[in-house]
Amino acid sequence: MKIGHPKDFWGGVCFAAIGLLFLVIARGVPGLSFLPGYTMGTPARMGPAFFPFWLGTILFLIGLWIAIQGIRTKGGEAGKLEKWHWKPLLTVLASIVAFGLLLKIIGMLLSGIVLVVGASFGSHEFKLKPTLILAVFLVIFSALVFVVGLKLPIPLCPDIESLQTMPVCRG
Amino acid sequence: MELLNNLALGFGVALTLNNLFYCLIGCLLGTLIGVLPGIGPIATIAMLLPATFVLPPVSALIMLAGIYYGAQYGGSTTSILVNLPGEVSSVVTCLDGYQMARQGNAGKALGVAALGSFFAGTVATFLIAGFAPPLAELALKFGPADYFSLMVLGLIAAVVLAHGSIIKAIAMIILGLLLGLVGTDVNSGVARYSFGLPELIDGVGIGTIAMGMFGFSEIIRNLEQGENREVFVKNVTGLWPNWKDIKQCTWPVIRGTALGSFLGILPGGGPVLGSFSAYTLEKKMAKDPSRFGKGAIEGVAAPESANNAAAQTSFIPLLTLGIPSNPTMALMIGAMIIHGIQPGPQIMTAKPELFWGMIASMWVGNLMLVVLNLPLIGMWVKLLTVKYDYLFPAILIFCCIGVYSISNAWMDVLLAALFGFIGYVFIKLECEPAPLLLGFVLGPMMEENLRRALLLSRGSIEVFYTRPISLTLLIISAGLLLMVAAPSIAKKREEAFQEG
Repeated sequence: MKIGHPKDFWGGVCFAAIGLLFLVIARGVPGLSFLPGYTMGTPARMGPAFFPFWLGTILFLIGLWIAIQGIRTKGGEAGKLEKWHWKPLLTVLASIVAFGLLLKIIGMLLSGIVLVVGASFGSHEFKLKPTLILAVFLVIFSALVFVVGLKLPIPLCPDIESLQTMPVCRG
Repeated sequence: MELLNNLALGFGVALTLNNLFYCLIGCLLGTLIGVLPGIGPIATIAMLLPATFVLPPVSALIMLAGIYYGAQYGGSTTSILVNLPGEVSSVVTCLDGYQMARQGNAGKALGVAALGSFFAGTVATFLIAGFAPPLAELALKFGPADYFSLMVLGLIAAVVLAHGSIIKAIAMIILGLLLGLVGTDVNSGVARYSFGLPELIDGVGIGTIAMGMFGFSEIIRNLEQGENREVFVKNVTGLWPNWKDIKQCTWPVIRGTALGSFLGILPGGGPVLGSFSAYTLEKKMAKDPSRFGKGAIEGVAAPESANNAAAQTSFIPLLTLGIPSNPTMALMIGAMIIHGIQPGPQIMTAKPELFWGMIASMWVGNLMLVVLNLPLIGMWVKLLTVKYDYLFPAILIFCCIGVYSISNAWMDVLLAALFGFIGYVFIKLECEPAPLLLGFVLGPMMEENLRRALLLSRGSIEVFYTRPISLTLLIISAGLLLMVAAPSIAKKREEAFQEG
């Protein structure tokens, strides 16, 4: 079977899957202890499951409809899936995740450098030296604006007690 | 008289030194991100939410609003000088603005864009002041069933007026509604869809979603496309249009303002639709449509007035009904809630200084933008020469710090990365992320109003079609859906978005 409009088809599949996920979690699956479901209630006394269950059902049906239409219609060039560029996608997302995981442990100054250098790998022309200079400049600027200026409680230095007592690290 | 008293109260708030300062900061930041392609007001407002925690609510909202309409001013600069829209709402300005710049009339184009925007901003301010109070009064009569129907209408209208596939946009809205339900259910105390994660018990933050889907995925997309920028800055002189230009632009500016103001009020409308429609209208009205695309000054004046007017009137549903008409307004609702203000018709009576202060500040901000922007154009142009390779890491680190700071949770940073991925997938599948954010904000409100309406009616859905307000709203919603389903109108709608 040939899919006429892959963009619509896969979009519909995504929606249907997400809708199914929401409705199953709301309803629960008997026998599975990690999916107990929420109380459904009656229309007059809606339980926590009521609204998400019906929304999930609608989303599932709409997703199914989009997917079926995606098989049937001929999308031509416009319907083809665009090429995925894994390099920027992975470098940027991985750097963000690394920043989130490292922030509390090594502080904003170091994790910020990890973020900037890591994400810059994803750009077209990567040069280490200017990137490092940029990274250092950006973390110092951010520390001054967000921690010193706006007094947001962001850890600056690695989580080692002797470092925490240093005035630099407290903004 | 009451209007004048109210405006006086508003200006009293807006003209305090503190609020003037935050208005200025907002306008400058707005222009900055408006000028820079690749970062828009949504990501910026989300980024700055934590920074406003220390401010009083009025100052915070004045600053955030300034970012939004400031971006409309900045966006035109990039369109005219680089042929690259700084904001989506300035896409059509590229067509004639850039041509004007190539013919040596860059200054004139920038001047007309700024003056037209100022005129539009002034008119829109008075429209808000005039229209908001009666609308808010009407909204106070709404029962839960009416509110539910109003939200249905708002979401449907948002879908109809947005571009792209309607059925996909509806799916995105429902997904948004569902995401809005994550977290503790206020009535039963059950933590829904939290997967045992304590961070999700309070739900997903709107800042987290906005940053992921509008900040991160945008960056990834820009990186994969590479850049190709040519700044056209030979001679930015003669910012003041001459008498002939003014005569030529008067009606386009007035028409653009009217159209933009109207489309801004409608849910899903806003600056993008305003500028596109205004351009189409001018082209239709022109004696010689072939001039368009070759540097017609009306092609700059009308859409630039329209996008600014629409940016401002989109505050009307937010301030009177508590319903966002576009993603930026959804974030403003998020900001209000963070500052302990329940959006809705009661704002005007309960917090008049906030309501009128914000409105007055918009006019003040527009004045600042005109006065400040034209002399600063040289600086914005310099900024445009900064390579994206140096720009995006800066955006990225500010976004990450912003996400973390909203509730000091590293988990939010990871969640934002996840939404960045989801946003990227949806862009690839041609699903607009904007309706999702609207749904996200309205999810809990819709559930609450549905619950109340059905509780009062003892479970009978009759309440939705026996109450006249609710019935009217639902009929309009159905009419809208039927209208776009009609093939001839569907085609017109396609055309409106493909102009240029």
